[in-house]
Amino acid sequence: MKAAPTAEPAVAEREGDQPGHKSLGRLMRRPELGAVVGAVAVFVFFSFVADSFLQTSSFSTVLYYSSTIGIMAVPVALLMIGGEFDLSTGVMVTSSALVSTMFSYQMTANVWVGVGVSLLVTLALGLFNGIMLVRTKLPSFIITLGTFLMLTGLNLGLTELINGTVSTKSISDMEGFASARDLFASQLTLFDVEFQVTILWWLGLVAVATWILLRTRTGNWIFAVGGGAESARAVGVPVARTKIGLYMGVAFAAWISGQHLLFNYDVVQSGQGVGNELIYIAAAVIGGCLLTGGYGSAVGAAVGALIFGMTNKGITYAQWEANWFKFFLGAMLLLATLLNAWIRKRAEAKS
Amino acid sequence: MSALIELTGVSKRYGNIKALEAVSLEAHQGEITCVLGDNGAGKSTLIKIIAGLHQHDAGDFTIEGEEARLRSPREALNRGIATVYQDLAVVPLMPVWRNFFLGSEPTIGRGPFARLDVERMRRTTHQALLRMGIDLRDVDQPIGTLSGGERQCVAIARAVHFGAKVLVLDEPTAALGVKQSGVVLKYVTAARDQGLGVVLITHNPHHAYLVGDRFVLLMRGEMAGSYQKEEISLEELTRQMSGGSELEQLSHELSRTDTA
Repeated sequence: MKAAPTAEPAVAEREGDQPGHKSLGRLMRRPELGAVVGAVAVFVFFSFVADSFLQTSSFSTVLYYSSTIGIMAVPVALLMIGGEFDLSTGVMVTSSALVSTMFSYQMTANVWVGVGVSLLVTLALGLFNGIMLVRTKLPSFIITLGTFLMLTGLNLGLTELINGTVSTKSISDMEGFASARDLFASQLTLFDVEFQVTILWWLGLVAVATWILLRTRTGNWIFAVGGGAESARAVGVPVARTKIGLYMGVAFAAWISGQHLLFNYDVVQSGQGVGNELIYIAAAVIGGCLLTGGYGSAVGAAVGALIFGMTNKGITYAQWEANWFKFFLGAMLLLATLLNAWIRKRAEAKS
Repeated sequence: MSALIELTGVSKRYGNIKALEAVSLEAHQGEITCVLGDNGAGKSTLIKIIAGLHQHDAGDFTIEGEEARLRSPREALNRGIATVYQDLAVVPLMPVWRNFFLGSEPTIGRGPFARLDVERMRRTTHQALLRMGIDLRDVDQPIGTLSGGERQCVAIARAVHFGAKVLVLDEPTAALGVKQSGVVLKYVTAARDQGLGVVLITHNPHHAYLVGDRFVLLMRGEMAGSYQKEEISLEELTRQMSGGSELEQLSHELSRTDTA
């Protein structure tokens, strides 16, 4: 290769390149920093106001509650980094549980058949969201609002039509129930404390999502389609495929959550799940995801879910009125977003 | 020597609107072909056809003598055509090294365990930029924090690194000051010296004349002229660019109303 002209190296000279400053700058640039600070603050707060908060059994309860949100918040965060919303996630979890139990019951099949059918149906719902988005080019807010309403109606309508009531029949005496329960809703004992298996699912999803985001081509594409879809397309990134994949990832997590719901309670209420989609989004935002896309992390969303879990259970342990939970969450969401914005501004000014 | 890319009588319509009518253009190895035109002259339509974002309706488009109809930017890249857009096709929030390899990331491992070769990506980005004369200590900074000239340089270095044969540049100096424009034009000639064919889209005849070997003038979607460097002077190029005879007539009319 011929020597290129050496043009003004001074252009690139930047201030503050000392090694010590650099690693601090890198830390400051992490999207989840604000959430971690917030989580520590919430933890310290409830340690003081709620006596039983620091017991190991409470720890397990907090982690369980956090995991039920976190399993969904992680793929929702990936979707948001990819620049899109999904408002249908809350009811999709219920749909997934309903399909699983009603298929097994009506066909008198092994429950694993229902679980498998549910996986296919739920992935198809994600595929529908994704394909509608890339084909119609409508905002994802509208598309998934449509899916949300349709699924809400379908959940109630079909359950009523098939079972005559709003809840499903018990399937606990059916073949395969015990083993499916082991996978989706069992307890594990560690250091004499019982932990729900959903915590493992949650941690597993965080690990896989972080690996995908930071260390694979797909991860690079997710950041790119969210941060600049036109630019990404121009350099050959399959934008449509990436977005459809993200919606299917959300659907996959909805399937896990749905199966947990089913095998934990045996009976599914067809009207539940409404409103949860906003909690997943809030957890992702508290975790540092930008609403406009292109920025965020899976670990951040997990920490966001943990903040939800600690707040929800902390209020119970402090023996406050549970109604205050939503107020606290709202305040936390605003604080976290402001904190994240402030940190990012400082990090960008320094780099 | 045959052309790397050659367009002959290429036309493009959007519904009833004629965007491009019978435009011809050649780009040769180690040469710079400048496409000049005012806003709305059809420059961006032309660039989109070459880059594979749109397909032409009529005329011939050949790449190294072979008939081509590019269905996607990916296909254009695979045929050796790299396009650097005005917005540079970079994602501002992403680190420089992730942007550098976006869409063509090297991986180690197989199947589901294929992972980004992060060390190689960081090192290569740093070296490729160094060759262009930019010493970036921290390739982890978001590319949005670089100056316009630096970003342009990253985009050009990226195209050169990925073995492009033809480099298409869309208004690379439009948003830059005089000094930064000079720096970018140096990168453009550096790319030419490395054996690339360059298509430079601009509305600045001074920048074009400094580096160009061939000039194609567009006006309202039609080709208003095509010249080799020795066939035209900077004055003539500037005159044709700024409306040519129309401008003369206008000044003539204006001066008559003055004296009347």
